[in-house]
Amino acid sequence: MNNSQTPLAGRVPAQTDELLVVENLGKSYGDHQVLGDISVTVRSGEFMCIVGPSGAGKTTLLQCLSGLINPTSGTVSLRGKVVTEPPAEMAIVFQDYSRSLMPWLSVLDNVMLPLRSATKDKAERKKKAMEALIEVGLKDHVEKYPWQLSGGMQQRVAIARALAYAPAIVLMDEPFASVDAQTRGDLEDLTLKLKNHLGITIVLVTHDIDEAVYLADRVLVLGNKPTQVVDLIETHLGTERDQISTKATREFAQLRTRVYQEIRHGDIPSSAGSVAAPAAS
Amino acid sequence: MKRLTSLAWEIWLPLVLIILWLVLSAGSKSFYFPPLAKILETVNQLWFFDGIVENMLPSLLRILTGFGLALLVGVIGGVLLGLLPRFEEAIRPLLEFLRSTPGVALLPIAIIFLGIGDGMKVFMIALASMWPILLNTIDGVRSVEPVLLRMASSYRIPLKDKVRFIYIPNAAPQIFAGARVALAIAAVVMVVTEMVGSPGGIGYFILDSQRTFKVLNMWSGIVMLGVLGYLLNFGFRLVEARVLDWHNKKNA
Repeated sequence: MNNSQTPLAGRVPAQTDELLVVENLGKSYGDHQVLGDISVTVRSGEFMCIVGPSGAGKTTLLQCLSGLINPTSGTVSLRGKVVTEPPAEMAIVFQDYSRSLMPWLSVLDNVMLPLRSATKDKAERKKKAMEALIEVGLKDHVEKYPWQLSGGMQQRVAIARALAYAPAIVLMDEPFASVDAQTRGDLEDLTLKLKNHLGITIVLVTHDIDEAVYLADRVLVLGNKPTQVVDLIETHLGTERDQISTKATREFAQLRTRVYQEIRHGDIPSSAGSVAAPAAS
Repeated sequence: MKRLTSLAWEIWLPLVLIILWLVLSAGSKSFYFPPLAKILETVNQLWFFDGIVENMLPSLLRILTGFGLALLVGVIGGVLLGLLPRFEEAIRPLLEFLRSTPGVALLPIAIIFLGIGDGMKVFMIALASMWPILLNTIDGVRSVEPVLLRMASSYRIPLKDKVRFIYIPNAAPQIFAGARVALAIAAVVMVVTEMVGSPGGIGYFILDSQRTFKVLNMWSGIVMLGVLGYLLNFGFRLVEARVLDWHNKKNA
């Protein structure tokens, strides 16, 4: 907890594999400042989890990163190019799987739709979509409508859609917030597997500290209000992780405690010293 | 078997009513209300198949052309207005005014400019039946889930794909609801315009028979008009069941 106050935690030494660079990002709606002054660099191939208390503007931050909304100040650049609209090398997985999929299109057509403008050949589009659907384990459900599938499977469709788009970076906005705990664990492991298999860069926003620590190579801890960076933590949990054994390790418990305290601390800075460490699971 | 029972369930009341009409009108001596048996006999003589070719087909062609035009203009206009909310706001009062004016009220003007031929009839059918399609399409286009639109822009889906794969399918259930109302309006306007228009068509046939005191012919025309309406609605339901397959299954 002593090393938690690094206001410009994102200023890691410049690396050649910088993929997404966020500099002094701020967003205000009128007088209401949502995002403070956020700087962070996402490295190519890493899994970054952004965690913060609810109402910390996590979704706003993600929408700024994706170019869906423009920041009031500062810049986001992807591979050195300033993001002003959604870039072609980026895909987003939204929280509301049931609302981000088109109920009138089959699973396969849902995955194929974003490929239309870049891939003119329909057979080619279908091949790409099928590959992605096989990757997420939905080979046998491609002809169904999304709403005929369970919540977890619907989110797999959304993930497949992102994969088929072949992006350099995938942004995920609380993607597992509305599925049950078991499914959630499965989807987390699937996401880890995909990241390791395909070498894609993932930025995932969550309010769940365990999830953030379990998935991330680095955890970006946010405080509110306005949202600013509290800490950026390397997890060092290795590439192979397991829901049971990884979460039982000492390192996991320490990381979890640290993030937990920082989130409280970020919330109420004056009483930070008196916060007791929560029991590690 | 299940389909058979549901068909039987659907058909028993019409059958009972027809039989009741047959029995009760059997001994009728009234000039205006002849026995149903005689009406059906006239239907058979007059309509199969000379009458169908002479009068029913022209009517069918008119209503299909007019309704088709209404669909085309209603859906295209509805998508445009749905995507341009500021513009739609500006012309909304005008749309509401035009929509509230009963279509047939414009008949005298239409006759002045377009005459009493097919052009006028098709125009009137299209004009009167376009409104529910247009307004429902606007609402349907507006009601697209915001998450879906964010998804579409994050994947850089071009406007033409958004219209084809997101806006129109999203509006489809409402478009069909509007089209169903429109079809009923189209049938009414078809009959009215035929009654005031040039010869040819069921509407003209009915009025002409009445004016020349051929009451049996008149009744046979009314029966055939019912048949035409039923067939149109049946065809409409077939198309709807096919296009809205996902919607019906989802809400089942």
